[in-house]
Amino acid sequence: MPGFLKEYYKRNGTMMGSVMLGLVLFWTVGLIILPQLSMLDFSFRPNLPPPEIGGPKDIYTLENYKYLIFGPEGGGQDYNAVDLAVFYRTLVAAIFVTLFNLLLCYPIAYYLGQNKGNHIRIFALMLIIPYWINEILRAFALRIIFGETGVLNTLLVGTGIFDTPFDFIRNDIALYAGLGYAYILLMIFPIYNVIESLDHNQIEAARDLGAPWWRIHWRVVIPYAKPGISSGCTMVFMLSAGALAAPQILGGPSSLWFTQLIYQQFNDNSDWPQGAAYAIVLLVTCILLVLAVMRLFKVNMGDIGK
Amino acid sequence: MSAGVGVDLENLWIRFGDFVAVRDANVNIKGGDFFSFLGPSGCGKTTILRAVSGFLEPSEGNVLIGGNNMKGIGPNKRPTALIFQNLALFPLMKVWENITFSMEIAGASARDRRKRADELLDMIALSGQGDKLPSELSGGQRQRVAIARALCAEPDVLLLDEPLSALDLKLRQHMRTELREIQKRVGITFIYITHDQGEALTMSDDIAVMRAGVIDQIGDGKAIYNDPATAFAASFVGENNVFRGKVSKLSGNEALISTNRSGDLLARISTANHGKLKVGDDAMMFIRPEALSLATSGSTGDNFVTAKVTHEEFEGNTFNIFTEGDGGKEIKVSIPNLGQSFDDHTGQPITLEYEASNAVVVPAGELANE
Repeated sequence: MPGFLKEYYKRNGTMMGSVMLGLVLFWTVGLIILPQLSMLDFSFRPNLPPPEIGGPKDIYTLENYKYLIFGPEGGGQDYNAVDLAVFYRTLVAAIFVTLFNLLLCYPIAYYLGQNKGNHIRIFALMLIIPYWINEILRAFALRIIFGETGVLNTLLVGTGIFDTPFDFIRNDIALYAGLGYAYILLMIFPIYNVIESLDHNQIEAARDLGAPWWRIHWRVVIPYAKPGISSGCTMVFMLSAGALAAPQILGGPSSLWFTQLIYQQFNDNSDWPQGAAYAIVLLVTCILLVLAVMRLFKVNMGDIGK
Repeated sequence: MSAGVGVDLENLWIRFGDFVAVRDANVNIKGGDFFSFLGPSGCGKTTILRAVSGFLEPSEGNVLIGGNNMKGIGPNKRPTALIFQNLALFPLMKVWENITFSMEIAGASARDRRKRADELLDMIALSGQGDKLPSELSGGQRQRVAIARALCAEPDVLLLDEPLSALDLKLRQHMRTELREIQKRVGITFIYITHDQGEALTMSDDIAVMRAGVIDQIGDGKAIYNDPATAFAASFVGENNVFRGKVSKLSGNEALISTNRSGDLLARISTANHGKLKVGDDAMMFIRPEALSLATSGSTGDNFVTAKVTHEEFEGNTFNIFTEGDGGKEIKVSIPNLGQSFDDHTGQPITLEYEASNAVVVPAGELANE
């Protein structure tokens, strides 16, 4: 037995140690790694009717991945322009949602983190309460606000700011608002957590040494909050890119989210291998993107857990 | 060389809601002085420092730096630099970046900053340590980096908020000397906040003793120690024995105090209270432990005290005798150890003697640590 395991068992006892270790292993291996491996396996197989599974046609193939890039064989086009465009737009939109959320949430997190008192607790509670309402209801509520005859348009046309109702849904504004709103807490709390531990004297020291407020943030607060910012951004980006309900309900008729394509493959086309390939591509691309950005900003994996 | 920039507090009041943190403070700090505010925690000394640095606007009155009224001028625009109690070094910046942060804000080039950092690192005896992080330095080294960072901003006034309190005793004593030397070298005004009377006495040109938002006395260390203005100043600065009583006779600047236990005792009235005490007033008389000595038993007079010894202790450089005193507070006598033999007096009455010029009378008032 390796040393750290021995130490672990000594501290927790054989019984309790085994139960905890078993649960953690079940969680990571049984519920995360194995299903993903099975998806990975699916993604390299052709879509066969059940009797042929395990038969001579059941061989490993790159067909499903080729399909995403080149489209159906003999489809008469060089690339699968439609799906690739959706893929690209999903990533760009997820990045945009992430940045927008960061800009919105950093000041809130800073305010919450550096102030004390009852009103802070009330403020935090007000941020949490909307999350008691389920995702679908929240998305439809936003439809009521952003719809053609919705609250916002009635207001804008009524006050004469706009002549005709603005189509917030077709222009994806409702979608961005919905995604942004859905993940606000995931951005605020990691940043708040870090900023709360920032010694206020450091801010005063920077001010005393002549720094204007934005320099204080740039040189003192943001570098300190970096682990929180990166963990918030990672979560918001991953979840926006993988969101399904919000794009389904709030997206315009012409704008598909990549997850909707995956859903169609699994559900409408019953083509699990194709869906699995799409999902794997999305997952791997997102992970690579996050790792690249972390590298760019010199964030360690260990910092994110802070 | 210029004499440095002075700081004046004029009728300064600072209130937090109903609480008065600073009550009508009037202080003139001469340029180039090392000035200390000395008082127990919560006496308002840090509040005064925050008002001088600009983090706090006074409720009434003015802060003048170099004769200029600082009203409405923020901390980043004042010619002051503050050293925080916990130093507040930037943990993610290297030592040299910490030191030259003010230059970075002013837009100096990296080369100039590096050069200045090296000069300052030489001055604080940390040459070659500029590329470390603050966390890689020891407590005393971090202390010096904080001083260098403040000095790099070339302030006219350096404000220090108990910066030595986190250090251990040896280092603290060493840093006292070092701070004083740095202050003499750069020649700017230092305003130092402390609750440690040893720090205040050893480093300061002048000291303001504060109690509950009020400045009790301003003077140099000798005046504060030898000629206290109030009972609080007398009991807060250094060890002191208190005798309570009433003024029974006045002659010039000396007073005869009739005490409950020790009869009539003669003492000089402290300078600040000349002409203020009347016969019959409640008064307090203070005699330092080192100003009392053993007398032939049975001696009587207005500079003799008789008391029963409760216990004795040998401290090395002094031999201390504790006797029963007025109102539960014991009287301490320190006899310098010059190699003589010390008799055991425990449980016996002894007679103590003092010079009237070493005993000080002030009006009765609040004592420190009561």
